[in-house]
Amino acid sequence: MSNLIKNNAIVADEWTRVIPPSLGEEVVKKQAGKVVLFKLTGEPTYSPEQIAATQIPATGKILLPLTVWQANVAQLAGRMAAGEIGILIATHEPLESLAATFSDINELPLIAVFVERFPDGRIFTMGNLLRTRYGYKNELRAVGDVLRDQLFFLKRSGFSSFLIRADRSAEDALSSLQDFSQPYQGAVDEALPVWRRVNRSHA
Amino acid sequence: MYKYDAIDQQIVDERVKQYRDQTRRYLAGELSEDEFRPLRLQNGLYIQRHAPMLRIAVPYGMLSSEQLRKLGDIAKRYDRGYGHFSTRQNLQLNWPKLEDIPDILAELATVQMHAIQTSGNCIRNITTDQFASIAPDEVIDPRAMAEVMRQWSTFHPEFALLPRKFKIAVSGTKQDRAIVQAHDIGLEFYKDSNNQVAIKVWVGGGLGRTPILGTVIREHLEWQHALTYCEAIIRVYNMHGRRDNAYKARIKILVKALGIEEFKQQVEAEWAHIKDGPNTITEAELNRVAQHFEPMPYESLPAHDASFDAAIASNPAFASWIKRCTHAHKQSGYRAVTLSLKPHGKPPGDISSEQMHVVADLADAYSFGELRASHEQNLILADVKLSDLFAVWEKARAAGLATPNIGLLTDMICCPGGDFCSLANAKSIPIAEAIQMQFDNLDYLHDIGDLELNISGCMNACGHHHVGHIGILGVDKDGSEWYQVTIGGKQGNDASIGSVIGPSFSAEEMPSVVQRLIEVYLKERTDEERFIDTVRRLGIAPFKAHVYAEKEAA
Repeated sequence: MSNLIKNNAIVADEWTRVIPPSLGEEVVKKQAGKVVLFKLTGEPTYSPEQIAATQIPATGKILLPLTVWQANVAQLAGRMAAGEIGILIATHEPLESLAATFSDINELPLIAVFVERFPDGRIFTMGNLLRTRYGYKNELRAVGDVLRDQLFFLKRSGFSSFLIRADRSAEDALSSLQDFSQPYQGAVDEALPVWRRVNRSHA
Repeated sequence: MYKYDAIDQQIVDERVKQYRDQTRRYLAGELSEDEFRPLRLQNGLYIQRHAPMLRIAVPYGMLSSEQLRKLGDIAKRYDRGYGHFSTRQNLQLNWPKLEDIPDILAELATVQMHAIQTSGNCIRNITTDQFASIAPDEVIDPRAMAEVMRQWSTFHPEFALLPRKFKIAVSGTKQDRAIVQAHDIGLEFYKDSNNQVAIKVWVGGGLGRTPILGTVIREHLEWQHALTYCEAIIRVYNMHGRRDNAYKARIKILVKALGIEEFKQQVEAEWAHIKDGPNTITEAELNRVAQHFEPMPYESLPAHDASFDAAIASNPAFASWIKRCTHAHKQSGYRAVTLSLKPHGKPPGDISSEQMHVVADLADAYSFGELRASHEQNLILADVKLSDLFAVWEKARAAGLATPNIGLLTDMICCPGGDFCSLANAKSIPIAEAIQMQFDNLDYLHDIGDLELNISGCMNACGHHHVGHIGILGVDKDGSEWYQVTIGGKQGNDASIGSVIGPSFSAEEMPSVVQRLIEVYLKERTDEERFIDTVRRLGIAPFKAHVYAEKEAA
C-alpha cells in the first residue's frame, strides 16, 4: 500500500528514491552535552566517496539527491530529457545550489524536500521559496519524517504531495489537510490574507 | 476590545477539534512523546512536576469581565480554584488534567479565548503596554496593530516550527513599558516628520541564558509593512538560526554572530522580494480592527472631584493606595487602577476564582467591563472615575487586592519556580514570600520607594531577573538550591542588564541580602534618587562590600 498523498488522495508512488550508501560509522556530534539533531544550513549531507559509490537504477523514474545528480549530469542527461529524474534536497542544503544547477527549474517533474526530523521548520520556508522565488510549478513533495500534524502547514507552504512516514497511516493523515477552513494570513496556496479574501466588515 | 467575527470563531473552534484529536491519538499511543510534545506545547501545555500546566493566551493583556469570570469558573472546575498571571500577560493553570484540556479549550472558545502558541518554538503571544490607549504619554494606541499581528502569526504556516520560541512586543509610548528591547522583535510606533505612523524595529533582544538587549534594525518602517518586514526577519532566522544547539537557537545569537549590518542586509534582501505583497496591511483592514479599540464613552468630567479629594485628606490608607496603585489617565476625571496580585506572603501573580469574580464585577461596575493583565503580573482597571475610586478601593481591599505596593519592593515579578516548573533549578515563590515578610512594613516600603525586584527560578528568566533593579536567579550547585543576585538591571527606554554582585547565597540568606542592599541605598541616596539611580551612580562596589562584609567576618 502506498503512503503517498497527492491531490487529496492516496496514490501509487512511481518514483524510486536513490539513497547513497553509508560508508563507515556516522560520527555523533554533540553541543552543550546533547546530541545534535539538526544539521546547520549549508552543511554537506554526503561525502564525495558516498556520492561516487551511489548505485543508480538503470531504468524507471528516480529521485536523486542534488549532489548525486551534480556528479552524474553527463550520464543522465537523456533520462532527464525523458522526464525520469526528480531531485531531492534536504532541509539544510542551500536552495541556491539547486537553482544554480538548472537553467530552468521547471525541467524537473519532481522536487522533493527531505526532512530528517519533523520539528525542522526550514522545510516550510523552502517550499515557500521554491514556489514564490524560484517559480517552481511542478510536483513538490515532502519526504522523510512527514507526519499528519504538519500537513496543513506543508500544504500552505506550497507542497503538493506528501510521502507519509512508513509506519503511519496515510489514510488517517488525509483529514489533517482540512484542519482549518479559512486561515488568517496569505501564504503559498492562498496568497491573499483573509481580509483581502472576504469582506470581514460584515462577516 | 477586539470581538471575534465568524472567521475568528471558526478558527478557535477548529483548533479545539484538532487538539481534541491530537490528545486522543496521544492517549491511544498513536503519537509518541516526542511527536506530541511540540503539539501540546503550541497549545500551552507543559508537563510539570506535579501535573500539566496550561497557559491560556491573553492577547496583549486585554480581558473582558466575561472572560475573567470564565477563567475563574474553569480554575474552579478543572483546577484548584486559582490561576497565575505570567510575565507574558497570560494566565496559567497549575493543576489541570491532560485529558481535560480539550474540554477546557472548548469552554475558552465560548468566550473567544484559546491557548494557541502560548509555548513552543513559534511566534508567542504579542505583548504591549498595560496602559495602552489611556497613558498620557502615548503617541499611538498599539492594540489594533497587535491584533492584526496576532491574526497574522496564528498558525503562520512558514513559521510553525522555528529554531526556538519567538517573542514580539509592540509599544506606542514615549516611555517604553513593553520592554521592546528584550524581545526577539520589538516594534516601537511613533509619528514621523510627516506626521505618519512609523515603526522603529528592534531585533535580537532577549533575556534567558544569554541576556542581550535588542539592536535597531530599521529606524523607520511604514506601518503598512509591519507584517512583511517581520516575515523577512523571521525567514532569515528560520533558515539560519542555530538548530544544532537549543541554548544558542534564539535569534539574538544569530544577530550577534552575523553582526547587525550583515543580518540587516540579509533581511532587507529578503524583504525586497515580499515588500508590497498581499500581506501588506491596508488602511481598510487596520481601520476595521481599530474600530474595536475606539475610546470608551467617557463622561466629560473636571480634573478634580470633591469627594475624592476629601477621602484622600481624611484617610491615609486610601491616600497611600491612590499614590501607589492608581495612574494618570489621558481623560480628565479618570484614573487607571492597578489591583495588586502581590499581597505579602502569597505567590506573586496568583489569583483565586473568587477574586477573579470580584475583579470582573469591579470592571463591570466601574471600568466599562474590561481589564488588562500587566507583565508585572497585576490586573488593571483602565478607566475608573475619580468619584468611584473610594468604592473600588473598599471592594478591592475586602478581596485582598489593594496592597498599596505597586512599583515597590514587594511588587516583585516572580516565576512559578521549582514548586511547579520542571525546568527550574530552584524555588522562587518561597524566596518572594520570605522577602515580602522581611519588608512587611508599609511605611518602610514607601520610604524605600520605587524598586523592581525580579526573581527567576532558572536561567530561562521567566521572572525577568536581568532587568530587575535587584534580580535574583535560582541556580543549582551540586544538587542544592542557591541564589545569584544582580543589581542595576532596568526595563524601559534606558534598559540595562544587571551585574552579578558575587557568589550566590542560600535561600535562608536571601531576605537579609536584600535588606543589606537596601541599607546601602538608604545610607548613600541623594534626595530624589531611586535605588536604580544610586546603583548607576556608585556602581556595585559599595553594595557588594556591605552584603559580603558579614560573610567574610564569619
